[in-house]
Amino acid sequence: MANVDVVMPQLGESLTEGTIIKWHKKPGDKIRKDETLLEISTDKVDSEIPSPVSGVVTKLLFEEQKTVAVRTVIAVIDTDESAKVSAPAAAAATPSKAAPVAPAPAKQASAAPVPPAPTTAPASGRFYSPLVLNIAREEGIGMAELEQVPGTGEGGRVSKKDLISYVAARKQGGIHFGVPAAPPSPQAPRIESNLKHVDTGDLAKKYPAPQYDILQMSNVLIKMSEHMVKSVHTSPHVQAIHEVDMTRVDAARRKNAESFEKREGFKLTYTPFICDAVVKALKLFPLVNASVEGDKIIVKKFINLGIAVASENGLIVPVIKNAEEKNFIGLARAVNDLATRTRTKKLAIADIEGGTFTLTNYGVFGTMIGMPIINQPQVAILGTGAIEKRPVVINDAIAIRSIAYFTLSFDHRIVDGALGGSFLETIVKLLENFDDKQAI
Amino acid sequence: MPKILTYIEAISEGLREEMRRDPSVFLLGEDIGAYGGAFKVTKGFIEEFGEKRVIDTVLAEAAIVGAAMGAAIVGMRPVAEMQFADFAANAFNQIVNNVAKFHYRTGVPVPMVLRLPSGGGVHGGPFHSVNPESWFLNVPGLKIVAPSTPADAKGLIKAAIRDPNPVLFLEHKYLYRHVKAEVPDADVIVPIGSADVKRPGTDITVLTYHTGVVWALEAAETLARERIDVEVIDLRSLAPLDTETILASVKKTGKVLILHEATLTGGIGGELAALVAEHAFEHLDAPVRRMASIDTPVPYAPPLEEFFLPNTEKVASALRSLAAY
Repeated sequence: MANVDVVMPQLGESLTEGTIIKWHKKPGDKIRKDETLLEISTDKVDSEIPSPVSGVVTKLLFEEQKTVAVRTVIAVIDTDESAKVSAPAAAAATPSKAAPVAPAPAKQASAAPVPPAPTTAPASGRFYSPLVLNIAREEGIGMAELEQVPGTGEGGRVSKKDLISYVAARKQGGIHFGVPAAPPSPQAPRIESNLKHVDTGDLAKKYPAPQYDILQMSNVLIKMSEHMVKSVHTSPHVQAIHEVDMTRVDAARRKNAESFEKREGFKLTYTPFICDAVVKALKLFPLVNASVEGDKIIVKKFINLGIAVASENGLIVPVIKNAEEKNFIGLARAVNDLATRTRTKKLAIADIEGGTFTLTNYGVFGTMIGMPIINQPQVAILGTGAIEKRPVVINDAIAIRSIAYFTLSFDHRIVDGALGGSFLETIVKLLENFDDKQAI
Repeated sequence: MPKILTYIEAISEGLREEMRRDPSVFLLGEDIGAYGGAFKVTKGFIEEFGEKRVIDTVLAEAAIVGAAMGAAIVGMRPVAEMQFADFAANAFNQIVNNVAKFHYRTGVPVPMVLRLPSGGGVHGGPFHSVNPESWFLNVPGLKIVAPSTPADAKGLIKAAIRDPNPVLFLEHKYLYRHVKAEVPDADVIVPIGSADVKRPGTDITVLTYHTGVVWALEAAETLARERIDVEVIDLRSLAPLDTETILASVKKTGKVLILHEATLTGGIGGELAALVAEHAFEHLDAPVRRMASIDTPVPYAPPLEEFFLPNTEKVASALRSLAAY
């Protein structure tokens, strides 16, 4: 007989609690591993939580609609199927089984608060250029210390500049090797709700039916409201708008539409073309793929591309993780997968977290030009307007081209007009010069 | 008093001054006399110097080079023009077997200059756009210069004429009338074998020449606004190379982009990359990168030629990627 505690999973690092929406099992029910035990609701997504083990549900510790802190034990499952439901939780079991079990992302998150052990000499596999090794040798920096120098180069490489600024800080006494810097806060600060709860009764007097309807804001709406207000208070938003000639992309899309759909099982849209250009541009302008903490810029070495999707529950931004590793087809599949799962409500919390840059396509609603709000803590968002045929002048002749307006909203704390404009222009050029001969 | 000249005017002025200074200097080539040259480098020369010093030749490049070499051996200082650098191929045997080796074989100097109007970007197509430097870089005995500015063009044509042995003077057709700048009025010689720091910088070195200098300087201005400080080295002389200036710059910045308009494979970029790897390895903070025209004949259609050639944007993008490394 072995009792396994089921805990409220921490499905993403910014989450501190979850609400139990529905238990799928009663005490005494048998449950198979991976069978749904309960549904929980968090910031944006309702998730089904599978059972970590097969057995008999012996205890459900909270009622439905209760909000519970993460890692709190919420149920107990006895892996011995003959166990009596009323039996009190048995004391010990094998450590692996007795340990609180939660889905994989939670393990990752719960591991984060443990401060990293002082690094002595790990073979990190980081590459050091001949010059960096040379400077380190001259400055008397051993390999163990070099391993701790933060790198801002490609793939986190320690560049000459990184090492020189490290050496400068070291000489000024700002760095003492051996004392690890404070680990970054494992959890992003929880966003305080800035919406005051008001009583429907009082409001009903002020706004009587039937002239007025009073609607409760959904969780998603409340969160959207908080995020948007926080973003405009945090980032000085500046917009750059560029005209994009999408004719070649359109030609490539049309030409490949049939074969693509036959092969992939879904339609070829403009979105992967834009995603592809955005990812390429972000690689060239890593400062746009960043966030701000205090007086530091955090440059992300990975690209998690958020794509705003209007769902029936409201605005959701699922994220393509490690988009920098994906080619065009990979991006197309990821977009389709996220769009499908958004529609079918199969998104996991991990799917909507950790974005480093966001794409919003309001063009689908016919909007020509938008002024999107940055999805914090990111520093820029790209809005794409409707693609329409227009007469344009090319080489002093008037041609019919498929034209759209792209808006980049950027955080002028760290992104200036030169960087924002160059970044957007790079996206424009990539799309305008899209090789429509290439096989898709 | 310095004056403002185009690149092509600076070459003409250099030639004219040398012809006035030294009666042994004379010109020969196709249509260079009465017509003034295909690009008008020698316009007005036949009127000033007469047809014995400005000789219109038959359409036979091997004969032009051979005649120039013969004159040089007996003490004249001929400046032979190939109408387009592409046509030097017709004189290949004369250049690589005779002109390049004669001094080594006999001890007799061969003070001749071969002017090679080079390069693309002028919609000349596959037979009128070549950058021929790699044909000759592997031929010991030939000096090769390739100026990017009017002042360097004038200073190097003078140095080439005064050099006691053969010099190939690569003049870029795109630069002819696209580049206009101050040229010293005095008799200023640009020594062969000396590179020039066209823009000092601390982050990345661009090793380049000819049109590459124009692209690199424009890209450097763009990148300065992104806080990337690019140093542009104009090689000016491809053989011999100014290894001292090249290596000093690489050791300062630790990152190198080699840029040339000649096609990539077998280009001088490979030679420069090897030089840097051999002598500055411990100073490198990034892989040496090359940008050049793609490995095809020069296309005629303007959009294809644009795709084929490097340009300011392509250079800026390569520099950004190198800066981010």
